[in-house]
Amino acid sequence: MPTFNLKINNETHTVEADMDTPLLWVLRDKINLVGTKFGCGIGQCGACTIHVDGNAMRSCLLQVSQAEGMNITTIEGLSKDGTHPVQQAWKDIDVPQCGYCQSGQIMTASAFLGRNPNPSEEEIRNAMHGNICRCASYNSIEKAVKVASEKLS
Amino acid sequence: MTPSKKITFNRRSFLKSSALASGGILIGFNLFNACKPEAKMPVDISQLNYNDFNAFIQISDEGKVTIYSPNPEIGQGVKTSMPMIIAEELDVAWQDVYVVQGKLDTKNYTRQVAGGSQSIRHGWKPLRETGATARQMLINAAAAKWGVDASECKTKNGVITNAKGETLSYGDVVKDAALLEVPEKVTLKDVKDFTIIGKGKNNVDIDKLITGKPLFGMDYKAEGMVYASVLRPPAFGQVLESFDDSAARALPGVIDVITIGEKARTYLSTVKKKSWTVQLSGSDKVVVIGKTTWDTIKGKKAIKAVWKNDSDLESTEDHDKVLLDILDGKKFKTRRKDGNVKKAFANADKVLERVYESPFLPHNTMEPMNFFANVTPEKVHLVGPVQTPEEAANVVSDLLGRNLEDIELEMTRMGGGFGRRLYGDFVYEAAEISSVINKPVKMVSTREDDMTTGVYRPAIKYKIAASIKDGKLTGYHLKEAAVNSNMYGLIPNFFPAAAVENFQVDTANYKSNITTGAWRAPYTNFLASAEQTFFDELAEVMGVDRIKLHMDLLDNVKKNPDPKIEYSPDRLQDVIKLAVEKSNWGNTAEGVYQGFSVYYCHNSHVAEVADIVMENGLPVVKKVTCAVDCGVVVNPLGALNQIKGGVIDGIGHTMYGDFAFKDGIPQSNNFNSYQLIRMGQTPKVDVHFIENDLDPTGLGEPTLPPIGAAVANAIYAATGKRLTKQPYINNLNLDKVLG
Repeated sequence: MPTFNLKINNETHTVEADMDTPLLWVLRDKINLVGTKFGCGIGQCGACTIHVDGNAMRSCLLQVSQAEGMNITTIEGLSKDGTHPVQQAWKDIDVPQCGYCQSGQIMTASAFLGRNPNPSEEEIRNAMHGNICRCASYNSIEKAVKVASEKLS
Repeated sequence: MTPSKKITFNRRSFLKSSALASGGILIGFNLFNACKPEAKMPVDISQLNYNDFNAFIQISDEGKVTIYSPNPEIGQGVKTSMPMIIAEELDVAWQDVYVVQGKLDTKNYTRQVAGGSQSIRHGWKPLRETGATARQMLINAAAAKWGVDASECKTKNGVITNAKGETLSYGDVVKDAALLEVPEKVTLKDVKDFTIIGKGKNNVDIDKLITGKPLFGMDYKAEGMVYASVLRPPAFGQVLESFDDSAARALPGVIDVITIGEKARTYLSTVKKKSWTVQLSGSDKVVVIGKTTWDTIKGKKAIKAVWKNDSDLESTEDHDKVLLDILDGKKFKTRRKDGNVKKAFANADKVLERVYESPFLPHNTMEPMNFFANVTPEKVHLVGPVQTPEEAANVVSDLLGRNLEDIELEMTRMGGGFGRRLYGDFVYEAAEISSVINKPVKMVSTREDDMTTGVYRPAIKYKIAASIKDGKLTGYHLKEAAVNSNMYGLIPNFFPAAAVENFQVDTANYKSNITTGAWRAPYTNFLASAEQTFFDELAEVMGVDRIKLHMDLLDNVKKNPDPKIEYSPDRLQDVIKLAVEKSNWGNTAEGVYQGFSVYYCHNSHVAEVADIVMENGLPVVKKVTCAVDCGVVVNPLGALNQIKGGVIDGIGHTMYGDFAFKDGIPQSNNFNSYQLIRMGQTPKVDVHFIENDLDPTGLGEPTLPPIGAAVANAIYAATGKRLTKQPYINNLNLDKVLG
């Protein structure tokens, strides 16, 4: 099996895996970073969203062989201790119900606000449209993104 | 605080205390019934056994409080709200309270289950009494130390104060308190003195959730654990004939390929009293064992399996026909009958009759089904997300032929339930797999597995007819045709039962091999849609205002009280008035159309108004006003989440939820072919509570059922089109819109 050097949360990890293994399963089953969640496996739900060079990407669609040399950030590396403004906004609003999709929601929101720190309501709704929350905490997610943008600006 | 004398209890048998070997006091209690007189309390915290007590409070020498919360958490917030109730009566600061999810004990205990929006309703009194009892014991210990009367002592935030102003913290007296008898009588706080209940508290797992810490079954790992993926029959009605696993075995990450099914078949054919949670296929299944989840998914794709037909391969068009035939037929079970509907219809000036139709629905919890099992000669260790841990342990014991005492089941946080995790098929599969390979194993379903081998909300059709005589509603006749099972319990006595003189509810079903079961707000999730859409049209046909029609019908109920009904006509009228006022009913801006709906279920009363606009020829729900009477609101933050989630979930499924079968095969298998509601499709939900001090009732379900009709009625107001078939998006004469 080939070996890959991955830069995740500013640490280098060397893993053995089939070339076509989605980064999602490398993170979860090999490196034990289980904050990145499996929801659909086809890039539809956003539960597995990570940052690749600062952009939100679906880790279920990114093969481990493509991930070498990229700067990967997972929910565990978004901040040292949950202090990223988006994480804090999630706490202020008490967004989660079951909580399973929230890592992905937070990663999508933080990449989006990184590019657009002062978005309109319409822009927030468009940016978050790709992340499914089965508990339908959408009102809270929308509000938390707004609160996070205020913290950032 | 000054305790009120209003509510007192002297039934102390559900509660005992002991001094802990490690220091501090442990109070064990049973939430739902009395303990056995011989029940023993542990003196070592690691020996908690939940035999007679299904929950514990530990107060340490430092005054810190740990609550071992017994109920499974599926996102409904009980892991936060139940401890809030204890902490309130114990009178401690919320930040000094820690919550630990209790392990399941399989012996002698009741209702460690999440479902039916009942956790808070059942737990309300015992949780309050437990907190109040612990507080009283601490006061008694302090009073003895001071040599004063306990009645002169007060508490606040874990500190006891006497008449002279001297203070002792709970930690100072906890050792003495542990040696005292459990008091016979305690006084509960007055609702107006609450300082924790009614104040929004963050989800207790919030810090872990926002930083991605392992909490869910999917995240659980154990030493030496392997992964398993199960290949199940692709169609309902098929079983495994043969398979070729050579390509799978050649993959480097695949450890083994096995079959399971024998134990399940034996269970199904020999166990006399089957658990209601068993929805197992008797087919053999091919299981790929691998080093990682991905290895098993890849291995499963490489299996070449041949399936054979074992029973009928059913299609949605067959179900449509058979259910409509049932509604037109005569074979029904009558669930409620008042007066004589036949006569009322014969004498009517006008009759309105409509048929309402709904499809099967998958649960689609975000966390797919999964479970850990490690079957060894010593014990059976099970870990994961299940809403019915007690039943799961019982079935595994039968399935593996093991003593119940050998089975240890730990619950994890659940990535959603919605009813799916009431059924333990994934637990039984994991246990059977581990018993074959003799290794710790985690069975993980893919989204496709999860959606196509589900336990679905059954397809249901209703025929509702009403008779009108001299401008009055004289008769109401509802017939239900459902796949596999029918409405149960008190549902036939929900509104409008008791409001119409001649009233009848009849049910019948068609037995299918497609597995079905409870789905968030079972039966009422569609029944409310059907009835409240019908009432909108009925008001129009009668030429009366739809709000007035409801208020008048509820006045009828007040005039003729009926012991069989559970709903309160006054409380329903109050939520109607509140929703009408807060939604600005009838006075909206141009281009905004409103729909009204009101319903009682799961012990809560809810009225909703949906505001829609038409954008590019499509109805868009912009706002929902939701008036709720759920008694005392324990945790407003959690309650708002549940209410808004229920409303939006309801809109999503009534608008888009489309799940069809062709020759036994589900026609959707992932989120590219099954649409869940997304942010761009969601309205703002504006929630208003009826303020009262009545005992709290459930919130996980009751806001979902009414919303379908509020949306349908608003779409009618906008378009003149009556929607009777869900999902609505397929019946607007528009192309199915995905994403």
